Amino acid sequence: MAALWTLSVLLSACLLWPVCLALTPPAELPQPHNLPPLLGFNSSDGSPSVDLPMALRVFSVDYHHVQAPFEIVLWIMLASLAKLGFHWSGRVPAVFPESCLLIMVGLLVGGVIYGVRHSAPPTLSADAFFLFLLPPIVLDAGYFLPGKLFFENLGTILWYAVLGTLWNVLGIGLSLYGVCLLAQSSLGDVSLLHCLLFGSLIAAVDPVAVLSVFQEMHVNEQLHILVFGESLLNDAVTVVLYKLFESFLRLPSVSGLDVLLGGCRVVVVGLGGLFVGLFFGLLAALTSRFTSRAQVIAPLFVFLYSYLSYLTSEMLHLSGIMAIVTCAVTMKQYVEANVSERSNTSIQYFLKMWSSVSETLIFIFLGVSTIQDVHMWSWPFVCSTLLLCLAWRATGVLLLTAVVNKLRRNTVTFRDQFIIAYGGLRGAICFSLVFLIDDFPKKRLFITTTIVVILFTVFVQGMTIKPLVELLDVKRKKRALPTVSEEIHSRLIDHLLAGIEDVVGYWGQHYWKDRFEQFNRKYLRRFLIREDHQAPSSILRVYQELERREQRRDEEAPPIEDPRSHSRPLLPEEMDSIRRILSRNLQNFNKKQTPAYSRHTLHQDTTMDKTRKPLYRHHSLGERYKYNTITHWPQGEDGEFNGSHRVRAGLCRSHTVCAVGPRPVLQDSSVPAASAQRGPADPKSAATKEDQVFPQNQAPVGGEAPKKQLSFVLENEKQP
Amino acid sequence: MGSNSSSMNNIPNAEQLVQETGFSAAHILRLYERFQFLDKDDTGQLRPEDFGAVRELAMNPIGDRIISAFFSPGQETLDFASFVRVLAHFRPADSNRTRDGAQPEPANSSMGKLKFAFQLYDQDRDGKISRAELLQVLRAMLGMQVTEEQLQSIAERAIQEADFDQDDAISFDEFRKSLEKVNIDHKMSIRFLS
Repeated sequence: MAALWTLSVLLSACLLWPVCLALTPPAELPQPHNLPPLLGFNSSDGSPSVDLPMALRVFSVDYHHVQAPFEIVLWIMLASLAKLGFHWSGRVPAVFPESCLLIMVGLLVGGVIYGVRHSAPPTLSADAFFLFLLPPIVLDAGYFLPGKLFFENLGTILWYAVLGTLWNVLGIGLSLYGVCLLAQSSLGDVSLLHCLLFGSLIAAVDPVAVLSVFQEMHVNEQLHILVFGESLLNDAVTVVLYKLFESFLRLPSVSGLDVLLGGCRVVVVGLGGLFVGLFFGLLAALTSRFTSRAQVIAPLFVFLYSYLSYLTSEMLHLSGIMAIVTCAVTMKQYVEANVSERSNTSIQYFLKMWSSVSETLIFIFLGVSTIQDVHMWSWPFVCSTLLLCLAWRATGVLLLTAVVNKLRRNTVTFRDQFIIAYGGLRGAICFSLVFLIDDFPKKRLFITTTIVVILFTVFVQGMTIKPLVELLDVKRKKRALPTVSEEIHSRLIDHLLAGIEDVVGYWGQHYWKDRFEQFNRKYLRRFLIREDHQAPSSILRVYQELERREQRRDEEAPPIEDPRSHSRPLLPEEMDSIRRILSRNLQNFNKKQTPAYSRHTLHQDTTMDKTRKPLYRHHSLGERYKYNTITHWPQGEDGEFNGSHRVRAGLCRSHTVCAVGPRPVLQDSSVPAASAQRGPADPKSAATKEDQVFPQNQAPVGGEAPKKQLSFVLENEKQP
Repeated sequence: MGSNSSSMNNIPNAEQLVQETGFSAAHILRLYERFQFLDKDDTGQLRPEDFGAVRELAMNPIGDRIISAFFSPGQETLDFASFVRVLAHFRPADSNRTRDGAQPEPANSSMGKLKFAFQLYDQDRDGKISRAELLQVLRAMLGMQVTEEQLQSIAERAIQEADFDQDDAISFDEFRKSLEKVNIDHKMSIRFLS
């Protein structure tokens, strides 16, 4: 396996040989310069300069003609081969996160190129990064963002993003200035503004790096959304501060008014990006309404509009990341309702593919760009930067969490705080920003320090975060294992509180949500979604989703074989399996240990076996007529629906009918409708069990069980 | 919202409610507005169907139990005072209240909260959670994912852990004991931010 991997690396290196030979130091990836090359590929007239008479050429090589796209393709090929090799290389992914390996491949390739040409390899230009490599990643993240969870935690996310970034920037900037003052001899010419500028670009947590590392760690959804949301939203603050300090550097003097204006700029940049994204998102939704006759190009609109929103906001110096995320989030539900199933799948697959390629390219280029002539080293500066980054982030997270925990019901635990603080990885955004600084004597020092910080965070923190977290978990587990009853009762209380909060309306949060949903239903959906897709599609989708999930469950979860007698004390392994079942299945809003986001797979990725349950579907179709409203929370997953009672009862009845069918042993009749039923519907017995359908009113508790199962099932579906 | 009267005078027994439940006047007002929002046909009483307006409750596994917990046994309607009294359980506990034996246990103390949670299990109000009642709740929460045998063994284990007097049911004291490590006040409070 390792051999295969090294083979691929060698292969890629060999592929690059002609590239290197033909290249001379180009600055930008997409536009390499055309300077006279070495060896034998003469560019002027496209024919080899071997001394041939000017006669008819039977065979000629014209590299120059295809140079630019050829090189781009070679780089992408290198990136993809490296990624493939990574996945085939056995045990390596367990230790090294993918980003580390990609950077190492980049280093290798950069070293090869440097060795061959004795000059710097092509670097990652800031333009290429910001315009071409970053948007796909952010679009992918925004499109698959779990909307409900994001909005529920929005306050906390904003708290961390805005205040946390400010804290980090000011802290790091000021402390670095202190260090520069202390080391006057070597660092005397670094001014306060330079330090603040450096602080602003180094403090920002990078979504690309965070995603790639959290990928391999299974963090619960809430934690994931906190870190990821923070890394997305702090773009606004970072960009503004960076541009602010840069413009301050150009000004002769800085007044208090300028600082105040800077503060206003943060708001403008953030909100501006938001509105640009909203605008383009709604446009995309509207356009997708009319794509029924040209379904093949429907996915294209999604990408075009998102990219347009990004470019527009970059043009206006607003936050492009916020724009593209908002665009994706806005258009998702309407586009999904409007386009065909296949187009939806295409959109999702293309997003995953592009973001994957982008991310790989970014990391490889990070590695390549490290090999340069421009390094300037300074021990005090580099080491203090590293330490300060860690220290300020840790203290920032601790302080902010202490405040925010008082206002949240699901507290951010110490383990979560550790992950948030330690998982604040820096990535390519810092790298590109540092290249954009106006030239000044110590710029090289900044570049070197940035590279060191990025490499340190990605390698050291990226590799050690998983073992450290497991260590923390082990310690926590050793202290106090919750008993089964404690777990059950705690979950009950969680549900209870969620219900009471819903009843109370939690002081307006749900009020606004309700109002938005009404608005959405009355105006937006009617305007933006095709007529024939408006009502049925959502239920159809819900049903399809149900079936898909059920099939997947059938394949995945093995049932426990042996029935137990009632009074035997349970063995430890049985206890473990119970605990596993509880932690996996119990509806636990904040501590679910499922992987929340995966770069490599789509979660709804099962092939639907259409032949398997025909009657099931027919039965269910028959029951669906008598409801009218299905509303969607704007970014909710497919399986979520808030229907009237009749809806649920209608769906429930069909579900009950089919579910009751083929159960081999119907155990106690006091437990109606087989709560744990999972098997496929048996057509024959489904028909005969019609009488086991339950009344649809509220009062009897027994009759509620199937309804709750169905709604619970759907609730479960929501969470990928 | 807010188009109805927004003064305390229209709320029946407002001062008494403030005294009894410890909510501030502003809280009572907001709760009244919410009550009126739920009370679509303006009768001044809520029925179980009115809670259907709260869509998320439909998806809550124990949503129906929560709704029925608002209504006293046998009652079909809910007036504002009872609504507030039920919600008073979820106020954060007052730490500075002096406790003397004569005062009745406040609804929002840990004990009161636990009693409320206990009643979610104990639908027949016999003071004990029987195995069947526990199974019903487990079934509601675990839903489709678990087989019947697994449910039985989980319920079995829960009862084994908690049941000290070997009557195959969980009494209130046993319930309280099994939750002694949990910070009930923090977990079962809604911060009624105003």
